[in-house]
Amino acid sequence: MSTGKKDETEAALTGEVARGDRRKQYVVTRVLQGCAAVTIATTLAIFAVLIDNAFSFFYGQRLHEAILGATLESRVGVVEFLTGTRWAPYHAFPDYGVLPLLNGTLLITVGAAFISIPIGTATAIYLSEYASERVRGVLKPTLEVLAGIPTIVYGFFAISFITPVFIRPVFETLGFSVSFYNAFAGMVVVGIMTIPMVSSISEDAMSAVPDDLRNAAYGLGATKQEVSTQVVLPASISGILASYILAVSRAIGETMAVTLAAGHRSQMTLNPFVEIQTMTAYMVQMARGEAAMGTVEYQSLFAVGLLLFVITLSMNLLNDWVKRRYREVYR
Amino acid sequence: MSEKTVEIDVENERGETQEQDETRDGAGGNETTREEVAVETRNLNVWYGEDRAIRDINMKVPEKKVTALIGPSGCGKSTFLRCINRMNDQIDGARVEGEVLFHGKNVYDDDVDPVALRRRIGMVFQKPNPFPKSIRDNVAYGLKIQGKTDSLDERVETALRQAALWDEVSDQLDGSGLDLSGGQQQRLCIARAIAPDPEVILMDEPASALDPVATSKIEDLIDDLSRDYTVVIVTHNMQQAARISDKTAVFLTGGELVEFGDTEKIFENPESQKVEDYITGKFG
Ligand SMILES: Nc1ncnc2c1ncn2[C@@H]1O[C@H](COP(=O)(O)OP(=O)(O)OP(=O)(O)O)[C@@H](O)[C@H]1O
Ligand SMILES: [Mg+2]
Repeated sequence: MSTGKKDETEAALTGEVARGDRRKQYVVTRVLQGCAAVTIATTLAIFAVLIDNAFSFFYGQRLHEAILGATLESRVGVVEFLTGTRWAPYHAFPDYGVLPLLNGTLLITVGAAFISIPIGTATAIYLSEYASERVRGVLKPTLEVLAGIPTIVYGFFAISFITPVFIRPVFETLGFSVSFYNAFAGMVVVGIMTIPMVSSISEDAMSAVPDDLRNAAYGLGATKQEVSTQVVLPASISGILASYILAVSRAIGETMAVTLAAGHRSQMTLNPFVEIQTMTAYMVQMARGEAAMGTVEYQSLFAVGLLLFVITLSMNLLNDWVKRRYREVYR
Repeated sequence: MSEKTVEIDVENERGETQEQDETRDGAGGNETTREEVAVETRNLNVWYGEDRAIRDINMKVPEKKVTALIGPSGCGKSTFLRCINRMNDQIDGARVEGEVLFHGKNVYDDDVDPVALRRRIGMVFQKPNPFPKSIRDNVAYGLKIQGKTDSLDERVETALRQAALWDEVSDQLDGSGLDLSGGQQQRLCIARAIAPDPEVILMDEPASALDPVATSKIEDLIDDLSRDYTVVIVTHNMQQAARISDKTAVFLTGGELVEFGDTEKIFENPESQKVEDYITGKFG
């Protein structure tokens, strides 16, 4: 190589242009890192505040005060909180067993999953494998609208329509007694609310399955139904399971709709026709009540909130695990 | 795709096929030799939306022979191939006019179930597309959906032997089909296509992504297959067409079938100047 060519190359690789590009790269990288850091910091801050305050529910002092040397008084035992079956903060003899609230939350979540998972999956299969371009063009935006309705509207829909027009007439004729606020209405609205989540994430996963695989099956004389269930579903299972987990997390954290639909009576029950209270509904009730900050009633908010946080966090971890375990095997 | 359950109405069992006689085919019959015809197209046209991809194709695919389709890119070879087993049904906006006769029955008749048709006309695609399943399950898939589940393992083995893959995979049948090399995957796809014992096998550039060794294995395989099966193969490789086929169809840009006849004649003494130019590399 001649020296002229060498110098020229060196100039191009190290010169002003290259240096300018690298500076720009550096700035862009830092800005993006900064944004990512903000979200991480927020999460950590929320977690810290929850722990700090929840500590005072159990021990009378916040965690940071305790660390600074304040004397602890035992208010509610952790075991009592986690295993107690009576939740009655306002009672003359208050009890702080969280199981009735957990019971309420799980009742709603499981009921909602029985609605959102089958309907959402079927919708996804229909959209991805059966629907014509035209039908898809109508159905997808409709589902997006469904996903965009404020949850308080779903709550009103439950008490003004689902309970009086559907649940009560149907189940009272069948001999059940249905209260005005009931878990069933909560299940139905939360179920409906999370259908779009299941259907759109599952559909994305199914649409990502290469057509080559479908053609392979069609070419062997598979029917559309065989292609959907034997080829597309297994190939997109990781995305589909992820959609279920997200829908369940959403149902666990859902607040306004269940507060309105299912009510405020914490109790241990599997009967969907009575009034119940979920963890979130309790938090709404307490946050807007008269209890003063620092009192054990008020601080119970943070204990319940922390439990909720831990549950949704574990759902996220489960999601990660499922994704790794069942990652799409096609390339 | 419709889910009709009507079986494709083909009277002839495998092996005894209709004789082609001159009085019956008026249109398009430029072959005068008496030959058993597996598939015949009459004035076949395909549109994608407003664009016509193939024009008035009249062709007779002989039974238990290898027919090669050659021509420049975009001339409609794949489109033609997909008409034969109605895989075009899967494509939005594709419209077919004319007839594709499979042993005399028009496969586009309303009472024909494309699912049943595809069970008799198998297909191998350009890109190897094994299922993300084990090698065994890949080969067995067609057998299972077609209800041919008796002596499944034997059928799987036979198909893998026919596809010249058995020796390489016999000890890893439960391994994933995706862990094979590209050439092995393609032979796996061929095994999968022949396992349910179709009559016709359509191949769309089955060797285009393969190295010369894998390609020659597949060519040998096609030669073997033509003893039992009717093979229609699209290829971009002129030498390959000359080596493996009995008949050659030359499509040229615009979707026209310019010349169709014995491979030897097409390559040595084509009637059309355009075909000669294409084959000798002056055009296309
Ligand atoms: N799915 C499709 N939608 C719309 N147009 C298509 C589609 N498939 C093919 N075409 C058009 O039809 C014509 C023929 O395409 P085809 O794939 O049959 O050609 P080909 O001969 O197989 O080409 P190649 O050798 O590159 O595979 C082309 O003009 C192509 O653009
Ligand atoms: Mg092609």
